[in-house]
Formats: sequence, structure tokens, C-alpha cells
Amino acid sequence: MKIKIKRFDLEKNPHQKTEEFKVTHNETILDSLIEIKTQQDNTLTYRCGCRTGVCGSCAIKVNGVEKLACKTQLNENDLIEAINNSKVLRDLVVDLSHEEKFLKNSKTYLKKQSNEKVTSKDVKLIDVQSNCILCQNCFSSCPVYEVNKEFLGPYALTRALRYVNDKKEANTLDIINSIQDNGVWDCTLCGNCTLVCPQFIDPKTDIMNLRMKSVQAGFEDKSFAQFNQGFDSGFDSGFDTGFNPSGGFNPNGF
Amino acid sequence: MIDVLIIGSGGAGLTAALNAKKEGAKVLVVSKTYPTHSQTCQAQGGINAVLKETENDSIQKYIEDTYKASHKLGNKEYINYFCSNSENTISWLDSIGVPFSKNIKDNISQRKFGGTKAKRTCYSSDYTGLKILHTLYDQCLKENIEFYNEYQLLNLIIENNKAIGITALDIETSQVKQIKAKTIILATGGYAGLYYGFTTNSYSSTGDGIASALNAGAKISNMEFMQFHPTALENKNILISESARGEGGYLVDNQGNRFIDELKPRDEVARAIYKKYEEGEKVYLDLRHLGLDKINEAMPQERRLVQEFMQLKMEKDLIPINPSAHYSMGGIITDIEAKSSIENLYACGECSQSGIHGANRLGGNSLLEIVTFGKIAGENAAKKAKKVKIIENTDSEQFLIDKNYIEGIFTKDSEIDFYKRKKELGKLLFKNVGLFREEKSMKNSLEKILEWKKELNLIGLNDKSKIFNKNLTDLIEYKNMIELAHTILISALNRQESRGAHFRIDFKDELENYDKNSILFLENDSIHIKLEEIQ
Ligand SMILES: Cc1cc2nc3c(=O)[nH]c(=O)nc-3n(C[C@H](O)[C@H](O)[C@H](O)COP(=O)(O)OP(=O)(O)OC[C@H]3O[C@@H](n4cnc5c(N)ncnc54)[C@H](O)[C@@H]3O)c2cc1C
Ligand code: SF4
Ligand code: SF4
Ligand code: FES
Repeated sequence: MKIKIKRFDLEKNPHQKTEEFKVTHNETILDSLIEIKTQQDNTLTYRCGCRTGVCGSCAIKVNGVEKLACKTQLNENDLIEAINNSKVLRDLVVDLSHEEKFLKNSKTYLKKQSNEKVTSKDVKLIDVQSNCILCQNCFSSCPVYEVNKEFLGPYALTRALRYVNDKKEANTLDIINSIQDNGVWDCTLCGNCTLVCPQFIDPKTDIMNLRMKSVQAGFEDKSFAQFNQGFDSGFDSGFDTGFNPSGGFNPNGF
Repeated sequence: MIDVLIIGSGGAGLTAALNAKKEGAKVLVVSKTYPTHSQTCQAQGGINAVLKETENDSIQKYIEDTYKASHKLGNKEYINYFCSNSENTISWLDSIGVPFSKNIKDNISQRKFGGTKAKRTCYSSDYTGLKILHTLYDQCLKENIEFYNEYQLLNLIIENNKAIGITALDIETSQVKQIKAKTIILATGGYAGLYYGFTTNSYSSTGDGIASALNAGAKISNMEFMQFHPTALENKNILISESARGEGGYLVDNQGNRFIDELKPRDEVARAIYKKYEEGEKVYLDLRHLGLDKINEAMPQERRLVQEFMQLKMEKDLIPINPSAHYSMGGIITDIEAKSSIENLYACGECSQSGIHGANRLGGNSLLEIVTFGKIAGENAAKKAKKVKIIENTDSEQFLIDKNYIEGIFTKDSEIDFYKRKKELGKLLFKNVGLFREEKSMKNSLEKILEWKKELNLIGLNDKSKIFNKNLTDLIEYKNMIELAHTILISALNRQESRGAHFRIDFKDELENYDKNSILFLENDSIHIKLEEIQ
């Protein structure tokens, strides 16, 4: 089988270039990458760890769509490239230093323990969100980052909801407060993140929930204002963000 | 000046970091992966504890089960502490936000694992490790703990028999850095990854910390004890957690017959399965009788894994499985304060031999271990750091050696394909130091390893880029793997008996004169072994 990989090494060439390889392993894409690295070209660079879809280190794009290399079957002529919205360090490896910043800025941790009894139902309420593996697929698919690098983004906001909905947290207002700027209102609700999440998390709906909770907590509903702003900057600044507020954004060609 | 330097950001390292910080120490966590990429995320089944003493379970019973599984190699005092404190450990995890599954009475749910008589394993569906690891990470961010991610430990810096720092490779730039600290905690995980191609472990579980401790003069222990998990997906070596059997799953052969009590200790079950394979049979996990609802509730991740990797459905199909190298009981020997044999050097988690598991680990005991001893290591290292004087940040000899080595390796071409060797190594270990062992094949393997060890300096890099050079990090790991394979073989040859996970067909009985720990140490550049009484 043939596989195409977008390569990048700043030391050799400031541009990405696509290379083609033949592989015999055609089970998962990660198997194919390993075959290439260990048998054909020792310079091919990617991250991987668990090979079972839980460490989140192997996020890549396959034909433009975010996937986990270890869980995705290779098809003839697949094009593999690094995920979006982050500096490519080398080949399929991108800079992940934003992760710490987003999580810290959204205060996604238990701050003050409440004395409330947590029931099995309460735990189920945060089960899906707490399955997030921080793979960055949603981050890569999100169009907002192209215009706003400070956007807290889908996984940080999903994690915010995980703690807002956690009965153990006594101080949820603090989290809600921290996700108002560059947060819940900046999302365009395009739903890309939801489509690419390997853990079947729905960050878009989580963000809508957070908006509702924000309004309930007395914060201003900025969705309409934001809508106009996004529209304006898209036209005034003269560069195409790929975002069409009336048509919906579709970078991956779903 | 860093007070406590922690190497490794899995469950053990992060727990240590939080507790050292709580003691007021300045903490730095250095790790070759991002925290959430650490292997701890893979733990599915759960974490053991006696939450409440009832007629069904007690701390005493837990102690007895753990000690029994250790085949007399566990340290009774340490096990006593470990088990008695288990409820506290779970409470702490609960208090920082780990979303444990709850039962109908809204208490933390517990399930039954092999080798025990009681339901003792707490869990978060079958994502227990993932949820614990991420919760710990969230807390570390809250506490502003500093991380150097994707830094690979090279060597410990030792002066006057004291650990004073490390050298590490900054993977992004291929630069060697020296980091000095008052105390150091190794939390670098286990070495089941040496069984490359035959392991459930992450690609990063290559035992680096243990190799570096050995090279620095620390004592390492019980390297022969490698636990094989009975149920990994056939040829894929992806784990199907023990909870599948704990919830009532069967193991059946070609004819559909059960052939062993599924809840016997792991070593016995794994050997029974391997035997079937040697007889040309296959073995399947049968969960069909549990029904979809039960499966979805108790093991959603495993159901998904089976579907994604085998294209099979747990509720309808038999699932072909094979045993796979899963957990390494050996490591850096530590005492109840998590201290190693080198001053100011601590170790916790799977890289340590902390006197709990002995010759065999109970499922659910390693997550408890990483948190219990992560805490102990963090606290003690922080307390000790208060008594250590500031260390000069002058260039150490180790730093200069490692810097020269890394610079040199970029100019050296490779005469040997170590990726091929790594595959051969995995196969050799699984076949000859696997579930069944005997002298002749192990001696041959040892020779082979010594040959490969000699060749190490012929290996260079085909990738000459300084940016994120995984060829280089793979090579460093390979060197550690060969070093540790050597120690596994010496230990397995030296133990002329069968005990727990170590089964010798030429010495089938457990012998009293081996009621001892294997201890390995480096002297005059060669590895020595002795047996030491259990304290
Ligand atoms: C599939 C699977 C399922 C499991 N299920 C269970 C279970 O249900 N219950 C249970 O109790 N146990 C289970 N275990 C075992 C348990 O998960 C591990 O023993 C435990 O997570 C080890 O944690 P740790 O913190 O010691 O190491 P790890 O989580 O392996 O972390 C090691 C850390 O050290 C870093 N590191 C390694 N080498 C270097 C280096 N050279 N330089 C810098 N950093 C380095 C790594 O990057 C990583 O951050 C399971 C294991 C596997 C593989
Ligand atoms: S929300 Fe989903 S896609 Fe986003 S980081 Fe988490 S697991 Fe990955
Ligand atoms: S729904 Fe919102 S967060 Fe998700 S990808 Fe679209 S803009 Fe980004
Ligand atoms: S290797 Fe861990 S998610 Fe793919």
C-alpha cells in the first residue's frame, strides 16, 4: 500500500514536502509509521505511546481529518500530516506547550471541595467529559484559533464543564468567570470538534451548556455581539478566515 | 535552586510532585513525555483498597492476600502500611476530584480481581488510570508545578555517593542539560516494554530510570519477576483488563471448555493459557453471557477496543487472547521512606522495588502503590531537601561526558540496525525469559545480549537533524533496554527455583533458601548479583 506523509524539518528545508512510501503493514496508521521509521527512513518523526487510543499522543490528520494514528486503519494513498493550529516542530510532531496555558487559564481543576454527597448519578454526569485524553484533535479542527490564539478552545472548555458539573466543586463560579473572555462566547458552534473527538465527547454541546450556565450565573450573553464581530473582522481585515457565519465552516470537507 | 527534582510524570511522579510542593519545596518535574502521555493512563481495571471493614473484607485479609501473592518476598511491615493506609489513599484521590464510580448506595464501587477473596478494587468505569492521571495533572497545574516536558533523563550526577542532579536530553533541540537539585525522585515507570512486540506497555516503558540508577551505583532488585497478563488481544497485545474476568468472564479453549478458575493469580492463569498455545490450541475470552448492558456499564473502553482492533463484539463473539508482558515487579530497591541506596535519591512507582509485590503483583495494587509511595517519596524528599546545602551549579564531569557523547553521536554512522535488534530482543525475552524458563536457553540468550552489548558503540544515527530527533531518543532507550535485559537474565539464571511469575521448568519448586530478594549492583563496571534476606 502507498501512504503519503507531509514531512517537515526546519534544519533541512523551511517548507513542508510530501513524500510517498510503500508499506506492507496496513493495519493501523501507527503500525505503518513505525514500519517506515524502523525499516525505511529513520528520520520520520511522530509521537506515540499507548497504541490503544488513551494517551492522546498520536493525533494526526488523515486526508485532512483529525484522527489518532493508533486507532485508524490505513487506506491506499492516504495523506498523513501534522495537526493544525500549532507550530510543527518536525514531520508529525507539533508544539504542545499551549495545553498548559489553556488549562490553567480556564482553571480546570478542583479548587474547593464541597461537603455535598456525590451520588452515582452525579458521577455519570461528568463521566464523558472526564474521558478526555487531551489528544488535541478538537484543537486542530477548530477554526477560531486561526483568528484568536488565546481562545481557550474545545478541550479546555469541556474540562471546565467537567469541573463545573462536579458536585465536589464548591466554587464553580470561579471557573465560569474564567471562561468568559476568549472562552465560551468566542466559539462559532461549528461542531468540528465534536466530529473529530475519538472519545465521543461533544465539546460544542459542552460549550453551549457553559453558555447557559454563564447566563444563569449572571454573565452577559455575548453570543450575538460576537457573531457580528466575527463577521466584521472577516471582511474588514481582508483575510479569509474560512469562516462563513451564515454558511457554517467546513475545513475538513465533511 | 530546585529542592526536589522528579523524573517522570506518570501517576507516581505527579503524586510525588504534589506532596513535595505541599511540604513547601521548590519542585521541577522532568519527563520524556507529556504528563498525560504517561503509561498510567492505560490502567483500566482499578485500584485496590479496603474502604470499610466488613464481614467480607478486612485490612488483615488484604495484607494476607498481598503477602501471599508476593510468595514470601514482600516486606510484611511495608505491606502492612500499604494496606492499612489504602482507605486514606483513596480518600485523598477522591478529595482532589477523581470521579470514582459509585454503587447504588452512592459509595465508591468495588469489583473483584484475581488472587483475592473480596471485592476490593475501586474504579472509574474502565478508565481508572486515565482519570487518576488527569486529575493529578489538573492539580499540578493548580499548584503551578513546573514541568520540563520531553526531556529525556540520561544519567544521574553523583558526588561523594550522593545524588546531586541529572543530565537530560532536551528532545526538541538535542541539547544536553544539567539540572542540579537537593533531592531527586525517580518515577520513570517499569520495564515490561523490553518485551517489545509482546507487551501491553507503552512504547516509553523502557526502564530508563532503573538503568540510570544502576549505572549510578544504586542497588536494583528482583529483575527476574516479570508479570504476564493472561488476557491481551491476540497478536495485538492490547490489554483486556482483569475486570472482564472479575465481572464473570470465562476463559475457554477451542472446544469451548473452561480449563482454569479464571480468578486464580495472574501467573497461574497466564501459564495455563500459554500451555494451550504450545499445544497448538487457542484461548478465548467469553463474555457473551454477561449481556450488553453489563458490558457497557462495566467495561465500555474494553468493548470499544475489541471492536476497533479486532472487529469483534464482546456480547456476541469469542475474543481470541494471548498472555503478554505487563508489569515489572523489579526495580530500584527502596525502603518504607522511598529512599534508594544512594543518598538523596528516592524512587517510587513501577521503577521501584518497594517490597510490596515480591514475586507477583495483585491486579489493582500498582495504582495504589504509585499513589501511596508517590506521596511518601514527595514528602520525604522535600523534608530531606531542607537539610541539604545549596549545590554549586558548576559543570559536572557527568555533564561533560554526556554532552560529548551526544555531540559525537551525530557524526557517527550506524553499523548496526538497532531497530531490528529491538524487535529481536523482545522476541528473545518473551521466548526465553517469558512464562516458562530454563537454563540452557537463558544462557544462550545471555550470550546474545552480551554480544549486543559489545556492539553498542558501533551504533550511530541515521537521522542527523538536531530537531526532535527520535532516532536519538530511541537509541538511548535501546541502550537502557540492553542493560536491563542483561540484569533480567542474570537474575533469572541465578534464581534456581520457581516462584510467582518466575517459573523454571528445570527447577519447578519454590525453595526456602531462595526466600530472598535478588540484588544487583555495579562494581568495577560489571554487574554483580547476590541474594539478600527480606527484612
Ligand atoms: C494496559 C495496562 C493496564 C493496567 N491496568 C492497571 C490496573 O487496572 N490497576 C493497576 O493497579 N495497575 C494497572 N497497570 C499498571 C499501572 O498502570 C502502572 O504500574 C503504573 O501506572 C505505573 O505508574 P508510574 O507513575 O510508575 O509510571 P508511568 O505511568 O509509566 O510513568 C513513567 C513516567 O516516566 C517518564 N520517563 C520514563 N523514562 C524517562 C526518561 N528517560 N527521562 C524522563 N522521563 C522518563 C515517562 O515519560 C512517564 O512520564 C496497568 C498497566 C498497563 C500497561
Ligand atoms: S475533547 Fe476529544 S478531541 Fe478534544 S482533546 Fe479531549 S479527547 Fe481529544
Ligand atoms: S464548535 Fe466551537 S470549539 Fe468546537 S471547533 Fe467549532 S468553534 Fe471550535
Ligand atoms: S498512541 Fe496513545 S493514543 Fe495513539
